[in-house]
Amino acid sequence: MKTIKALLLAFLVSVVPQVTQAQNTAMADELRSSGKIYVVVAVMTTIFLGIAIYLVVLDRRLRRLEKESKNKKA
Amino acid sequence: MKANWWKYLGLILVLYSIVTGLVNPVPRIDILNESIRNLYFHVPMWFSMIVLLLLAFVFSIVYLAVGKRTYDNLAKELTNTAILLGMLGVLTGMLWAQFTWGFFWTNDPKLNGVAIGMLIYLGYYVLRQAIEDSEKSARVGAVFNIFAFPIFVVLIFILPRINDSLHPGNGGNPGFSSYDLDSRMRAVFYPAVLGWILIGGWIANLRWRMKNLEAEHEDN
Repeated sequence: MKTIKALLLAFLVSVVPQVTQAQNTAMADELRSSGKIYVVVAVMTTIFLGIAIYLVVLDRRLRRLEKESKNKKA
Repeated sequence: MKANWWKYLGLILVLYSIVTGLVNPVPRIDILNESIRNLYFHVPMWFSMIVLLLLAFVFSIVYLAVGKRTYDNLAKELTNTAILLGMLGVLTGMLWAQFTWGFFWTNDPKLNGVAIGMLIYLGYYVLRQAIEDSEKSARVGAVFNIFAFPIFVVLIFILPRINDSLHPGNGGNPGFSSYDLDSRMRAVFYPAVLGWILIGGWIANLRWRMKNLEAEHEDN
């Protein structure tokens, strides 16, 4: 937990100082300053992690099948 | 385990690109606005697709040279995965185009080139299904693939550069470099590209191994 917090802090420290220069182009500044952007980040991360785990499980099952078929041959 | 590091690297890189792609600051550009972040998600589809197609091209040659079925399986599954990525690239591109260029589909040479290219590869799919003799299907498929890849490269990389294109870096349009694709954006974009290439490769790898098992099963 501590390492996660430290990593998160390091990440924020590296990101936050790069304040965008003020221009009139409409950007989602409020979404960022209110921190709600992290809700989007959390949702997308969750979805991607779900797909990642799915891929890993598929890979493992395939490996098991490959082993079985190898043993059969031997 | 040792051989799997690249799969996990792909996951980490894409995860990194999702987080930083949403959070990191981007250049403020009119019309593009926040949608410039699509660069991190839409463009890697194409990079991944073209790398998989290049590998499919290489393994088609290897198959014709060596004659081992597993190389044909690999070329075929790489192509299948590449088509999926290409479809995602087209769909995400259409969405992005609607909100920046004003239309889902413009007569942009890059778009039409990709549409033709996708049809060529769908032709590959149909051709392989149509030939029942699996040996013959593999050989004809390999030859088709070897011809298809250079044509595809011409369609999506060369012709759009000769003609007028809305895409950055094409038809006299400035590349993303002039859009201030500064180090901040590069730091997200390149890992995203590499990550999606690895994940695309992983999916193709899964399909290939499945195909090999299927083939073994049929032989027994």
